[in-house]
Amino acid sequence: MLSQRSILSSSSSSSSASASAATSSSTSPPTSLVGSPEWRAHIPRLLRTLLPAFSLTLLLLAIFVMQPRAMSYFGLNLMLNLAVPIALATIAQMMVIAINDLDLSLGAFISFVACVAATWLNTHPVAGALALLACVGIYALLGALIHLRQLPAIVVTLGMSFVWSGAAILLLPSPGGSAPDWLRTLVSIKTPWVPLAIVASVVLALLVHLLMVRSTLGVRLRGAGGNAQAVAKSGVSLFKARVTLYAFAGVFGVLAGLCLVGLTTSADAGIAMRYTLLSIAGVILGGGEFVGGRIAPIGAVLGALTLVLAGSLLSFIHIAPDWQIGAQGAILIIVLALRTLANRIGARS
Amino acid sequence: MNRLMQATLNRQAWAARPWIWSYVAAVLVLIATWSFTGGAGAGELLSGALSFSAFFAVAGLGQMLVITTGPGNIDLSIPANIALSGALAMKVMNQQDSLIGLGVLAVVGCGLSIGLFNYVLIRLLRIPPIIATLSSSFLVLSVAIVYGRSVRIQPPEGVYQFATGKVLGVPWVALLVMLLALMMAILLKRTRLGWGALAIGQNPRAAALAGIPVERIRCCVYMVSGLMASLCGLLLAGFSGGASLSMGEEYLLASIAVVVIGGTSVGGGCSNVPGVWGASIFLYLLVSMLNTFGLGAGVRMILTGCIIIAVITAVSGSAVSQAKAR
Amino acid sequence: MSQHTHTQGLVELCHVSRSFGQVKALSNVTLTIRRGECLGLIGHNGAGKSTLMNILAGTLALDEGDMTFAGQPLGQDYAVNQARALGVRCVFQELSLCPNLSVLENTHIACPEIRGWQWRKQAAAQMTSSLDQIFPGHGIKPQHIVADLSIGQRQMVEIARAFTAVDRPVELVILDEPTSSLDARVAQQLLSFVRRFVEGGGSLVLISHILDEMLSSCDRIAVMQDGHVVEVRQATDYTRDSLVEAMGHAASPTHTQSDVRSNESSVADPTASESMTSGASNAPLRVHQASGPAAHTPVIEARQGQIIGLAGLAGHGQSAFLNKVLMSRQGAGQVAFVAGDRQTEGIFPLWSIAENMAITSLKGLSQYGLIERQKVMAMANQWQHEMGIRTPSVQNPMGSLSGGNQQKVLFARALGASADLILMDDPMRGVDVGTKREVYERIQAEAAKGRTFIWYTTEFEELSYCDHIYVFRDGQAVEGFPLSELSEARVLSSSFEEDVVC
Repeated sequence: MLSQRSILSSSSSSSSASASAATSSSTSPPTSLVGSPEWRAHIPRLLRTLLPAFSLTLLLLAIFVMQPRAMSYFGLNLMLNLAVPIALATIAQMMVIAINDLDLSLGAFISFVACVAATWLNTHPVAGALALLACVGIYALLGALIHLRQLPAIVVTLGMSFVWSGAAILLLPSPGGSAPDWLRTLVSIKTPWVPLAIVASVVLALLVHLLMVRSTLGVRLRGAGGNAQAVAKSGVSLFKARVTLYAFAGVFGVLAGLCLVGLTTSADAGIAMRYTLLSIAGVILGGGEFVGGRIAPIGAVLGALTLVLAGSLLSFIHIAPDWQIGAQGAILIIVLALRTLANRIGARS
Repeated sequence: MNRLMQATLNRQAWAARPWIWSYVAAVLVLIATWSFTGGAGAGELLSGALSFSAFFAVAGLGQMLVITTGPGNIDLSIPANIALSGALAMKVMNQQDSLIGLGVLAVVGCGLSIGLFNYVLIRLLRIPPIIATLSSSFLVLSVAIVYGRSVRIQPPEGVYQFATGKVLGVPWVALLVMLLALMMAILLKRTRLGWGALAIGQNPRAAALAGIPVERIRCCVYMVSGLMASLCGLLLAGFSGGASLSMGEEYLLASIAVVVIGGTSVGGGCSNVPGVWGASIFLYLLVSMLNTFGLGAGVRMILTGCIIIAVITAVSGSAVSQAKAR
Repeated sequence: MSQHTHTQGLVELCHVSRSFGQVKALSNVTLTIRRGECLGLIGHNGAGKSTLMNILAGTLALDEGDMTFAGQPLGQDYAVNQARALGVRCVFQELSLCPNLSVLENTHIACPEIRGWQWRKQAAAQMTSSLDQIFPGHGIKPQHIVADLSIGQRQMVEIARAFTAVDRPVELVILDEPTSSLDARVAQQLLSFVRRFVEGGGSLVLISHILDEMLSSCDRIAVMQDGHVVEVRQATDYTRDSLVEAMGHAASPTHTQSDVRSNESSVADPTASESMTSGASNAPLRVHQASGPAAHTPVIEARQGQIIGLAGLAGHGQSAFLNKVLMSRQGAGQVAFVAGDRQTEGIFPLWSIAENMAITSLKGLSQYGLIERQKVMAMANQWQHEMGIRTPSVQNPMGSLSGGNQQKVLFARALGASADLILMDDPMRGVDVGTKREVYERIQAEAAKGRTFIWYTTEFEELSYCDHIYVFRDGQAVEGFPLSELSEARVLSSSFEEDVVC
């Protein structure tokens, strides 16, 4: 009896829902498509696109209220100093996520790059540059290996994280080295009006947006993550797409390492280990998703900035820095919860 | 024809026991080490291998169960869990043998709650397990930092004796973890929870249609993983004379590494309890071999990474050829 | 003659065949698609329509026969890229848009010729003009992300994309059930565009289950059955009734024979009458459907011991219905499911035959919460015997079995469980005749013991094993009748929509 009723209720509810959906779609006059229901369907998209910018603004406002002096050239520069390498790492991670993979070796890789920059690049610039170039090549090879053998990217990059860490330790057994002078000067340029960190972030976001969103190449790369079969049917090579994205990840990883070592002036083998998780968090915060080729370069940069500023805010409201990691986790959970909420609203309307 | 059949059967027997490879590798490494040292300190090496690998194994067992439930299922909160559980145990026990029971209870509760919290995040926020366990690990680690910041508390004498003691040359810890491994094997082979986890890992849709309570099993799996990690934290704290925040760090990658090297399929649906042990012993022996050879941590890590990639390439290579044959 | 075909036939298929393993999906088909005509393709499940369109689109190669395009023979290497180069476009039923991209970005994926600095503008203009031509008042902006569009709008984008010509004209478009997710007004827009398109010299192949659409939009209609084209006539020569008849009546003699046999066997089956009496004591399973405008939709009712058949074209809501019943009853453990799509919904490939069989019955096979290996083996051996599964040992891996035997394992899984309601989702797909016979008998025997079956099938003759039949269309059962009233014509005419619902 009970099960009967449950069948009855489930069938009536779902079928009435589908019936109402059918009637609404069939009775709606043509003009209503551009009217409110149409607009309403895009609310969740709008909410989701604005969420990263919104959370960053909220954070900045809070910081400003707590500590008005932080909103100066100097204050912003101080707070956002380390944001650029994290933003670059986030972009690198985003490239891999675009094709539905995940790079668990990014932190180790960036550490290795930092070590190379603090040693070889300083002493033997040509060898150092070649080594960094080879790093990008290795990333492309990894993409090829993962694609050809259909390997789980998580495990391969996990293995690579050991390799990069090991290489970094071989190169720089104890913290030290020193960044090339040109690199140090480059990252401490005093830009007029707005600090370099902000200028660099904006330039980075716009460039990657052009590359991944506006260009035809970007469309094909994202399409490969969205519906691989359909894209392959139209003659796009999935192999090339994956290799290209991995190579991009390598390029941005190298840039992150260079930038980091320029700021810290010296390196150690574990300098950027936290970047693996931070970069994943940044991509997700910025509106990207793990599957389906849904990435947002501008959002990813904003996400990285949010993660960095979260720490500053805590210190301004006199919460122990111990909670900084926890705050990053909490922000991640809150943003994800808000996004789920936005999706639910979208599903309902 | 007959010989061909025999050959395929043999190959199947090997394929059915991929964990053998991790033991073969461990033995080879052991022989290499002994031949270098001329057999000196053989007993200590073995006993050390057993106790150190036990810590890898216990965290790996939980990770293995999670990985069994299919691609995308990975528990990244293990390191944070280890840090928090270790600190919690030391604080609750407060160096008194009489409080050991309470401390163990607290640790068990802590592990189960972290697992439950992971599952709730996965379910409520509908996010991939990786990102759910990642964000919860941030929270847990933060709690551990705040909670365990005060001075390092020594473990009670009883715990210390247990964690470092031996019976007939075999560490107590190894015996305990063997017991846990045995329980995990029984869980996988003989309980509906284990069968369900294996079925979900192979084909989640078919599992749901066959009447398996998929969500309940996922929840249990994450709770067991949390429990294993927190036990690892307790044992580590006891072994190393107190909890430290960084003591879980290497377990993020190591817990996954022992699962993969141990022959558990990353694609899910096929787990391997003995392999986790074999891989843990192998990894430890590899370290000590390279140390004996005078090679540093760098070479060891590069080798470990290459082995992981080689193993996954070899395993999937056979899977690819099988799929083609079909 | 050759001169004649050169001017008239755009694509000619000559004695084309294509098999999948044992199954001959297309045999000896000869068909001409003329310039400036809309050719309708109609037939029941498995008639070979989709195989034919995949061959035209270059996604499947043909085994035997020849194909010419505009008089030029197409070689063995005819594939998607060449099809595109010749101006052949195809809109498949499963959507081939990237959901994460915008409409105009999807246009680039399909038409890589659109490139350069102004590619966005160009793609947007192409898409808008195509959409405007086909679906005036569509309300779709090229910047919209596909995931945000409704199913109907996505379908519109997909269709419009097929008609965008960048640097070569579109010669032939194949539309597979294009109106399935469009509402009546938009469907009408599409159909009138189809007429304009063919009048402008283009060719079009239309596949639809709505007979009125076919009759009003097509110039000629080819009726397919069991991989053959059985009839090609002017659309004006057909009426709804004669179309339905053409699809059904040329059934091969083996079919009619088996129909008679099975009819007899189920009539002779004493349970058919018995189930009515037992149904009085046990309340039947009833599933009410939508109470919407179509008030005449029947209530699906299954009494104890009955075999209920679900018929209709594939993908019209039968599987969704089974899923709904399954999910609502699963908690009680009184229901079991037999999957038809073995690989994705049925088997656990890493497990042995015994484990695959036992998974639904684990509760009964355990003691003190632990699964007893012996009990599992006993159950597996018993059911191997009962179902006649041909394997030396039930401990062999599932992959060692043939498709038919794997299917028997899935039956054993469901029948071996304590469920008294068994749902079957077209379980005989790709199963050999001998296995089918054995399983049919088994199902009847189990029904006689008092178990209830709900059986979705795409094969007409299997319906003759059912006590009551419901025909599904557009996600609902539209008609229900007892076995005594079963006829192929009745199933066909209910499966194919006769009038456009407004």
